[in-house]
Amino acid sequence: MKSALRDAVLSALVALRPVPVAIAVAAVFVGRLLLLAWRGRSRAAARHANRAFAERLTQAGKYVAPLLLIVALAVPLSGDRYYLHLGILVMTYVMLGWGLNIVVGLAGLLDLGYVAFYAVGAYSYAIISTTYGLGFWTCLPIAGILAAIWGIMLGFPVLRLRGDYLAIVTLAFGEIIRIVITNWVSLTNGPNGISGIPRPTLFGLKFTPAGGPGSFSDFFHLPPSPTWRAVYLYYVILVLALLTNWVTLRLRRLPLGRAWEALREDEVACRSLGINVTVTKLTAFAIGALFGGFAGAFFATRQAFVSPESFTFIESAIVLSIVVLGGLGSQLGVALAALVMIGGFEVFRALADYRMLVFGAALVLIMVLRPRGLVAGRTPTVALGRKREISAELVAQGRG
Amino acid sequence: MADELLEVTDLTMRFGGLRAVDALSFVARRGEITAVIGPNGAGKTTVFNCITGFYRPTGGGVLLTHADGARFALQRLPGHRIARRARVARTFQNIRLFAGMTVLENLLVAQHNTLMAATGFGILAVLGLSRYPVAERQAIERAREWLDAIGLTERADDPAGALPYGAQRRLEIARAMCIDPVLLCLDEPAAGLNPRESDELNRLLLRIRADGCSILLIEHDMGVVMRISDHIIVLDHGRKISDGTPEQVRADPHVIAAYLGEGDEDEVPAEEVVA
Repeated sequence: MKSALRDAVLSALVALRPVPVAIAVAAVFVGRLLLLAWRGRSRAAARHANRAFAERLTQAGKYVAPLLLIVALAVPLSGDRYYLHLGILVMTYVMLGWGLNIVVGLAGLLDLGYVAFYAVGAYSYAIISTTYGLGFWTCLPIAGILAAIWGIMLGFPVLRLRGDYLAIVTLAFGEIIRIVITNWVSLTNGPNGISGIPRPTLFGLKFTPAGGPGSFSDFFHLPPSPTWRAVYLYYVILVLALLTNWVTLRLRRLPLGRAWEALREDEVACRSLGINVTVTKLTAFAIGALFGGFAGAFFATRQAFVSPESFTFIESAIVLSIVVLGGLGSQLGVALAALVMIGGFEVFRALADYRMLVFGAALVLIMVLRPRGLVAGRTPTVALGRKREISAELVAQGRG
Repeated sequence: MADELLEVTDLTMRFGGLRAVDALSFVARRGEITAVIGPNGAGKTTVFNCITGFYRPTGGGVLLTHADGARFALQRLPGHRIARRARVARTFQNIRLFAGMTVLENLLVAQHNTLMAATGFGILAVLGLSRYPVAERQAIERAREWLDAIGLTERADDPAGALPYGAQRRLEIARAMCIDPVLLCLDEPAAGLNPRESDELNRLLLRIRADGCSILLIEHDMGVVMRISDHIIVLDHGRKISDGTPEQVRADPHVIAAYLGEGDEDEVPAEEVVA
């Protein structure tokens, strides 16, 4: 599984920018050589320091999560549309990361085709809303449920597969969805995509930039501005992401979530304890897909336009990288990784093409320093006394 | 009181050309500890895998009868149903705990089906509307009883993978007992234990029998087998070569031959050579 994860991340990088990647690879080769020489002298000391660092990071996590939430809630106060749009982008990936974390992090099923559910959600909303004139909030659950059904449909044939084989089939599934969308012109309008998708409304109040009767700014006697819509979209995705997080945290402490983690630890033992492995895996796929579908519907309403180009393999790879870099199964880690990967990418915009180099170097640096992700380790779901963090070395990564 | 719990008839398991188990028939009675012994490669673990649904036997049948008369043809049930409906639990030769989960969590996962029934398809419990908290408290209470029984209460919140070897063995047995089985299948529970730990294991197994759960045991440690078994079945090359009480089996020349080897060496007893 580990090798498949690495392959996914690397192929994503190579697909985006081959030349900077080549430079990065050369730089890393030399750097790693020097690092090994340096480490060879003080290996034991380095390992000890690494563990101490990990413990401190976990401790700090208790304060980081509320802090991040406060910052997230306060972003619209800046009133700057650039930050709002960046915030929306980051939160979308946080939500996708949390959704995929259920499948990859908790159940240990490596899914390289998560973008398929994102696409199903987006196209469900796009088609239903433009055909039947239904609003965003009506279509949101429908889009989620349709994506979950696709999750189950994907789940059935791949249940027998494990590890790398599972990864390859899910990868293929992601491509199948994209190719079907591209070619089923009568339904999806093919490569031209679907435009004119309705924007979300707040209890029927529209967010038209110019204001006018029935608009949000008119109702609350605010000056008409396109910022209101951005603020609203930002809070919508924030709420959706927090919903994903809340449901995941609840499920972890219920038998279903514990069965997912047990499945990741040892599937054979699960079977011997009377756990229906098939159903448990399918629920993980379905619930992960459900949130992917929600995020997809949000994507469609934010853009007001969907086309197959938005749902390529690179999206799956980015979301998977977020989960892996954040630390499999760690909610805080995924949020941090999304912030670093999506937000950090924007920070280096001035570097033009070379930002891929910075990006690649950052990924490699994290992999070297924190091979099990930013926030490794696992918090027990229940305890007789005090809950103590379980170190990542003991926690299995799953083989599908 | 000792009626048939498990009836194995003509059980055969072939892997390609190899007959790992060959027309094996035996009976395990309720309330007894039945041991399956035999040299390495005799097919003991294969028999276990057939009984617990990990292998589908090539031929023959495995019939389990509950005290209330309910009967289960185990060779046709999927693995998870054998544990859930027929209530047959098992442990593994190489310990299979959920290493990254705490000791307590291991015991709660074993009560999955009971707990799951209390969550109202999961949806109600996510919203906090079910009787799940009560069910979980009961499950924790039950886990705590087992932790006391195996002496691991102090370490309930430690990851299972961090326990010493002997404790992991005991935990695996406790975890299997948490599914509330009528038959507990143990695959070499004493392997790698020191004499003191073996004694503790004996006491634990006798206690489990006293509580009304029958045991099917694969074991190489004859100290454990001879002391606690009510009934022993000896396998060699997939066939049953002896079946009886510990005394009968110990005296059976076939068993001695299978364990010590028979042939033309000098140390073989004279009467064997004559026979």
